[in-house]
Amino acid sequence: MSSASSTDRTAVSNPAADIEDMKAKVDAVLEDHRHDRGELIAILLDTQDILGYLPVPAMKYIAERLNIPPIDIFGTATFYRSFKLNPPGRHTCTICMGTACHVRGGPQVLKEFERQLGICAGQTTPDREYELETVACVGACAMGPLVLIDGEYHGNMSSRKVPRLLRRLDRERAEETQ
Amino acid sequence: MTGRISSPDELKQARTSLEQARESARDIITVCTGPGCVASGAGEVADAFRAQIKEQGLEDRVTFRCTGCHGFCALAPVVTIDPAGICYGGVKPADVPTILERTVGAGEIIDRLVYTHPDTGQPVPYEKDIPFYKHQDRLLLEENRRIDPESIDDFFVLGGYEALARVLTDMDPEAVVQEILDSGLRGRGGAGFPTGRKWSICRQNPGEPKYIVCNADEGDPGAFMDRGILEGNPHRVIEGMCIGAYAIGASEGFVYVRHEYPIAVRNITRAVEQAREAGLLGEGILGSGFAFDLKVVMGAGAFVCGEETALIASLEGRTGEPKQRPPFPAQSGYRNKPTVINNVETWASVPHIITRGAGWFSSIGSEGSKGTKIFSLVGKVENTGLVEVPMGTTIRQLVYDIGGGIPNGKEFKGIQTGGPAGGCLPAELMDLPIDFEALAEAGTIMGSGGMIVMDESTCMVDIARYFTRFLEQESCGKCYSCRKGTQRMREILDDICEGRGTLEQLELLEELGHTVNEASMCGLGQNAANPVLSTLRYFRDEYEAHITERRCPAGVCTTLIRYQIQESLCDGCHACFKVCPADAISGEKDAVHVIDPDVCIKCGACLEVCPQGAISVVSGGGE
Repeated sequence: MSSASSTDRTAVSNPAADIEDMKAKVDAVLEDHRHDRGELIAILLDTQDILGYLPVPAMKYIAERLNIPPIDIFGTATFYRSFKLNPPGRHTCTICMGTACHVRGGPQVLKEFERQLGICAGQTTPDREYELETVACVGACAMGPLVLIDGEYHGNMSSRKVPRLLRRLDRERAEETQ
Repeated sequence: MTGRISSPDELKQARTSLEQARESARDIITVCTGPGCVASGAGEVADAFRAQIKEQGLEDRVTFRCTGCHGFCALAPVVTIDPAGICYGGVKPADVPTILERTVGAGEIIDRLVYTHPDTGQPVPYEKDIPFYKHQDRLLLEENRRIDPESIDDFFVLGGYEALARVLTDMDPEAVVQEILDSGLRGRGGAGFPTGRKWSICRQNPGEPKYIVCNADEGDPGAFMDRGILEGNPHRVIEGMCIGAYAIGASEGFVYVRHEYPIAVRNITRAVEQAREAGLLGEGILGSGFAFDLKVVMGAGAFVCGEETALIASLEGRTGEPKQRPPFPAQSGYRNKPTVINNVETWASVPHIITRGAGWFSSIGSEGSKGTKIFSLVGKVENTGLVEVPMGTTIRQLVYDIGGGIPNGKEFKGIQTGGPAGGCLPAELMDLPIDFEALAEAGTIMGSGGMIVMDESTCMVDIARYFTRFLEQESCGKCYSCRKGTQRMREILDDICEGRGTLEQLELLEELGHTVNEASMCGLGQNAANPVLSTLRYFRDEYEAHITERRCPAGVCTTLIRYQIQESLCDGCHACFKVCPADAISGEKDAVHVIDPDVCIKCGACLEVCPQGAISVVSGGGE
């Protein structure tokens, strides 16, 4: 689900160098797809995999290299759900909104995540630690309501279990930084 | 792996030698690694088997295999042991040594891992006896557990690609189209258009080159049939597409698969490479003059791309907006050339029809709907999973005989078929046969095969709102009626769910619904009002209770419900007090507790923890 593992999160130190770095990465992706406009969706998916999201400069650069108007890129990037236009959080909480999860209490689970993290679905916490997103269905309906944390499944969730799960994550994070 | 195969005879030889090599094979242990099982820890169980088999030196005695979805997700993680046909559920890594020692070593059954028959309380060790499997007719799904999706050899042993070989040697393209026409196969993606007719239109169309596409953009929430096949049996889909390409005269094809299905993407991509290496894709397939190749293309998460003209737009790298039909894709599709788009299940059915004949296929199913169909049976049902039954099976058979009924002694209320743009059918229609015509008559659609079971604690207005909101978000925005209509319907449903509804709004909702369905261009918009119209048709009293009594009978719509502690039952254990995230509960230990309705956020945590069952949801008047 999350592409966090392949995401480059090097600190922003030198904006000009970062732009050059981004361009080099995008060029490699474009090369893979032979600069074929017909492969735009795959190009954007690959770019997102490498950069973690689709920054505006990257989209503009792709438009320039493919020789198409930037609106074609923005249009596509905003049309499809898989594209992220904002930097992702360090941890991704994905709440399944599938029908099976819905009838078993998925909305309450989402509400509790929103309450605990103080953000709405689609947002990232100000410290960029957690990102909260919803997914239409992950197809593990027997375990609903289902939540994925960084791609790991947590089944049979309830609003009661949310604080415990987040506390555990917090603890793991604290251990990591020690 | 078997090398390049350059004739039908070589294919047969490859199968024979693989069979001989495996003849001495003994116990076959299979771990289901479908999404449900993986989510329940099947990966760890598989690791444990690999390690233990090695440690105990059983490599020669045991064949171990990870497969795609077996279907019985409620039993996850599932392990089967063949040839005995034993099925274990809820297996943990710690059980692995015991299974190897007692079941594989001594032929004993481990009762605690066996499915317990709900009526008799007796253990049911063999898969074929488990009611969930016994009442199915698993033509496509049955292959899943017999093959490792990473192994083309496993597929050869099943007779894989022999239907393709037969087509290339014995049948001309017209005969293949005729066979599919005669079989009565209809598209499994939703609309149920006769597959043979689609092929025939495309074949007769003069445009060149022709293309074929496998639609694996399975976007219905709560549905994972296509994923089950693509992950578990990718070569069957490729073989079906090769046969289709030969029949139509296409030389290039695409598998359009959701980016959200990473394992399906991986397995089909690998299978395409294997098929290419084996000479089953590319130039001169099986030594014939027939050339065909496949490319896997990822979708990027847009429900509307399941609609074929939108899918084509997406294939061409554009936003997935549908186009007016006609021309149909079979006349003018990808790059304005004749293109056949069929669903995963449709393609996977093709080789079986060629092998066993149109007559065999059309003998299964009902009058107008032939063959078997896979459904994903989910929601408030005991046995969640993928099930495959002949068309024409009744909803009752599906929910009770296979699904094992409703959990926790609750009452069956209805079933949503056909995904978000399908409709909800009430319990009274339980004996309705599931086929294209009967479902349409009842106000819903077959769709791709999602079956969401609902019980008395499901609010039908909330469900209508859920689906309408989904469609509102997924509407591509091209047709005003769909873009704005779904939004207005959802706003009215918000009003009703939140206690602001009026009876006049029900009429408006109905009128809007008919307008949306009639005035929109594609399958999404034309069915977008089905959830609203079907629930209004069958569950109008629930809408009225929300409006006239400000009551949600199912106790779901949060604005209309309150949580209450029953004094006589509360023993003051303090559990609810501790768990309440909003500090809405007060009370000393060992004394009766009280919920402050103004502070309560209605999350339901207290209800879940109360050991006395003292907390209840109340809705409507009566203080």
